[in-house]
Amino acid sequence: MTSVHATTPSGFLLVLAVILPVCAVLAIVACGPRSAARIAMTTLAAGLAVAIAIAMELVAGGTALSYVVGGWQPPLGIALRADGLSGAMIVMTALVLGAVGLFARSQYALHDGGGAGRAQTTFWILLLALASALNATFVGEDLFNLYVALELLTFAAVPLVCLDGRAETVKAALRYLLFALLGSLLYLLGTGLIYGQYGTLDLLALSQLSREDPALSAALALMIVGLLAKAALFPLHLWLPPAHAGAPAPASAVLSALVIKAPVFLILRLVLDVAPPQAAAVAGQMLAVLGAVSILFCSVMALRQARLKLMIAYSTVAQIGYLFIVFPLAAGSADLPPWSTIAWTGGALQLISHALAKSAMFLAAGVVYEAFGHDRIADLRGFGRVLPISAAAFGLAGLSLMGIPPSGGFVAKCLLLTAAVAEGYPWLAATILAGGLLAGGYVFRVIDKALANPAAPIVVQRAVPRRLEIVALALAAAAVMLGFLPLRPFEFLQIGRSGVSMAGLP
Amino acid sequence: MTAVLQPGVLFGLCGAVLVGIGLFAIVTHPALLRRIVGCNILGAGIFLVFGAVARRGAGAGLDADPVPQALVITGIVVAFSASALAVALLKRLSELSVGEGRAAEPAAPRSET
Amino acid sequence: MMVLLDLALAAWLLALALHVVMERNERSAIIAFLALGLLLGLVWVRLAAPDVALTEIAIGGGGTGILLLRAEAALRGRGKHEEGATRGGKLAVAAGCAVISAGLGFAVLALASPAPTLAPAASDAIAATGLGNPVTAVLLAYRALDTLLEKVVVLLALVGIWSLAPDGIWGGAPEVAPAAVPGPLAWLARILPPFGVVIGVYMFWVGADAPGGTFQAGTVLAAMWLLVIMAGLLPPPDAASPALRLVLVGGPALFLAIAFLGFIVADGFLAYPEGFAKPLIVAIEAALTLSVAAALAMLVAGPARKAPAR
Repeated sequence: MTSVHATTPSGFLLVLAVILPVCAVLAIVACGPRSAARIAMTTLAAGLAVAIAIAMELVAGGTALSYVVGGWQPPLGIALRADGLSGAMIVMTALVLGAVGLFARSQYALHDGGGAGRAQTTFWILLLALASALNATFVGEDLFNLYVALELLTFAAVPLVCLDGRAETVKAALRYLLFALLGSLLYLLGTGLIYGQYGTLDLLALSQLSREDPALSAALALMIVGLLAKAALFPLHLWLPPAHAGAPAPASAVLSALVIKAPVFLILRLVLDVAPPQAAAVAGQMLAVLGAVSILFCSVMALRQARLKLMIAYSTVAQIGYLFIVFPLAAGSADLPPWSTIAWTGGALQLISHALAKSAMFLAAGVVYEAFGHDRIADLRGFGRVLPISAAAFGLAGLSLMGIPPSGGFVAKCLLLTAAVAEGYPWLAATILAGGLLAGGYVFRVIDKALANPAAPIVVQRAVPRRLEIVALALAAAAVMLGFLPLRPFEFLQIGRSGVSMAGLP
Repeated sequence: MTAVLQPGVLFGLCGAVLVGIGLFAIVTHPALLRRIVGCNILGAGIFLVFGAVARRGAGAGLDADPVPQALVITGIVVAFSASALAVALLKRLSELSVGEGRAAEPAAPRSET
Repeated sequence: MMVLLDLALAAWLLALALHVVMERNERSAIIAFLALGLLLGLVWVRLAAPDVALTEIAIGGGGTGILLLRAEAALRGRGKHEEGATRGGKLAVAAGCAVISAGLGFAVLALASPAPTLAPAASDAIAATGLGNPVTAVLLAYRALDTLLEKVVVLLALVGIWSLAPDGIWGGAPEVAPAAVPGPLAWLARILPPFGVVIGVYMFWVGADAPGGTFQAGTVLAAMWLLVIMAGLLPPPDAASPALRLVLVGGPALFLAIAFLGFIVADGFLAYPEGFAKPLIVAIEAALTLSVAAALAMLVAGPARKAPAR
C-alpha cells in the first residue's frame, strides 16, 4: 500500500490539541485540588491558542494538516488529520470550553469561598479530559483510536452528570453510562468486522478500499446505531434529558453543546468517507427520517416541560435532528461533491451555532437557578427585571434555535431549507419550518415569563455577579454573529476534503 | 464444513452468539447489576470476533495477527474500567435510595446546579 | 482431537453464558460469570493469543468478577431494578438478538479470504523496536497513542468513582476489609503476596519478549495489594495521599515525557530514538505496571468511606 499520510510541518499542532489537556489532567491529579482551577484555565487558554493556530495553518496552506504518530505509517500505525471541518470543530470546542471555564470559575467562587472541594476539582479534571477527547475525535483517522477517544469522552462526561450527588442525577448518570457503553461496544464490533475485511482501520485508506459488501454494510450499520445511541437521536434519546438537565449548569453546557456532537461528527465521516455510495444513500434516508422525527417529537416535548433545564435539554435532541436531515441533502452529485453543497455548509453552521446558542442557554439557566434556587418556568414571572442580561442571552440564543435572522441558526436553517426544496424533499422543508415554529413556541414561553409583570415582587435568593451573565451573553452574541456569514458554501469547510479520494463517491 | 471447525471461525461464531446473549441481558434484565454483566458478555463476544479475525490473519511466522490482539487487550481494560464506574454508580444509587427512605442522608452533598 | 476439544469448549462457553443471563440468583450468576472468564482464557489460548488469554483471565474474568461479587454483596436485597420486559416483549427481544447474532455470524463467515493481516508488517517493523513480543510492539510502539489515551481512561474512571463520595469524606480511604476477616483470607493474605509479587514482576519482565506485560503484571500486583488490604494487614490509602497519586500519575507521566522527548531526539511524538527503543519501552512498562496496579486496585476498592486523615 502506498503511504497515504505524510506529516505536514505544522502537524504537531494536532498532537498538542489532544495531548496538552492530558498533561493538565495528570498535573491536577498529582498536585491536588489547590491548583486545579489555575492549571485548567491556563490549559484552556493554551488550547484556544492551539486551535486558532490550527485554523490559521489551514487557511494559509489550504490543505489538511496531518501527523503520523511515532513515524509508524498506517495501517500499522496511527495518523491524525485535520481538514477544514475538523478545524472548525476544534476552534468551536476551544471557544465554548474557554467560556464555560470562565463561568465555572466565577460560579465556584460564589460557594464556600472558592474552596477546592470535591465537585470543583472533579469538574476541572473532567473538563480538560473532555477537551482532549473531543479534539481526539475531530482529528482521529484510525477507527480504533476513535473508539478510545469515544470512551475517553464517555468517562469524562458521565461523572459530570452526577457532580451534585443527588440520587436522581446518579440515576441519570448510570443510565447515560449504560447507553454510552452499549453504543461504544456496537461501534467496536463494527471496527472489528472492518479490520477483518480490509486489514486496515485508517479512514483515508478505507475511503479508497471500501466497496459494496455485506460485511461492510453490517459493520457500518452497527457503528452508526452505536453512535446514534451516544448522539441521542430519537428513539435512543431517552437518557439525555435527565442527564443534561441534572448536571450543574457549566457541565450541562458542555454536554449539550459539545459532547453529543462528537458521535454526530463520526457518523458524518463514516457515511461520507467509508460507506459505498448506495449504502450511504440508504443510510442517509434513514437518518433523515429519524432526524425529522427527533425535531418534531422532541420540540413538542420541550414545549411541555415545566422546568427550564429540562426544556433546554429536550430542545437539544430536537436541534440534533437537523444535523441528520443534512445527509440526503448533502449527497452531492457527479460534478458537485458533498462538501461543496449548501447543505454541507448549512449542517456545519447548524452544528456550530447550536453549540454556541445551547451553551449560552444552559449558562443563562444556571444563573437563573443560582439566583432563585429553582428553575420552574411557571414561577419565573418577571425574572427579566432582575436578570436582564441573562434574559437577553436566553433570547438571543433562542433566535438561533428558531432560525430567525440575524443568527447562525437562521443562516443554517435557511441553507438547509433551500437545499431541501432544490433537492426535492418537501417533507424535510416542512419539518424545518415546523421545527422553527415549535422552537419559537418554547423560547417565547420563557421570554414571555421574563418580561411579564410579577404578581408578587420576585425574591432573589443569592445575588449573581455580572461576570456570569456576561459569559452567557457573549456566547449568545457569538451565535448571532455567525448570522452575518454569506448564504453560500463556505470555503474553509472544504479545505482538505478534495484530498479524500473520490473513489467512494458517485 | 471443516472450515467452520477452524478455531478462527468457530470461536468467531461463538462470539456472534455471545453478542446476542449479552444484548438480550442488557435490554430485558430487570436487575441493573445483571445488565452490567450483560455488557461484559457482549464485550467478550466482540473480543472473540476480534480474536477470530486475528487467528485468521496468521502469517509471517506468527500464529495470529498481533494488531487485533493488542486492540482486544486495550478493549478489555477499558471494559473493566467501565464496569467499575457502573458498579460504583449503582452502589451509590442504592445507598442514596436507602437514605431517602430514612429521614436524611448523612452529609448529603448540597446541590450545586 | 483438537476439534472435539474446541467444540466442547464452544458448547460449554455458550451454555455458561446463557446460565449467567437466565439464573435467578444474583450471586450464582456472578460466580458463573467468573467461570466464564476462565473459560474465555482457554478459548484465547486456542486462538493463539496467550497475551489476551492472560489479560482476560486476570482482568476480564478475575478483576470484573471480584468487582461484581463485591457489588452483589453490597446491594443484596436492595439492588436497583428497572421495570422488566413483559413475556411477549422478552420473546421479541430474544428474536431480535437471535437475528443480530445470525447476521453477525454470517458476516464472520463472509469475511474476506484470504484474510487481510498486518502480521507481516508487524514482524518486519519489530526489529526497529528491539522487542520480541509483537503484541507488546503494537501496544507500545505502533499504536502507542491508543495505549497512552487508554491509561487516561482508567485514571478518569477512578476520578469519576472517587467523585461519588459525599463531600465531607472526599479524598478519604475506601472500605475494603470486612468487619470480621475470615481465617482463610487472613492466611492467604500472608502466604500469597510474596509469590504474587514475584509472578507479577516476572510477567512484566518477560512481557517485552514473551506473553505477558504491564496489564497482566499490574493486575497480579493489584490483586495482591487488595488481598492484603482485605485481610486488614494494611490500611487502604487515602485517595488524597500524595504517595498514591504519584504512583497513579507516574506511569502515564513518564510515558508522556518520553513521547515528547521524541520531538527532540527522534522522528516526533511517540517516536523512539534508534537503538534506545527497547530500554525506553521497558522503562515505560515498569512505571505503567505500578500505575496500573494502583489504579485497578483502587477501581475495585471504590469511593471513600472515611474522611481523609489531615
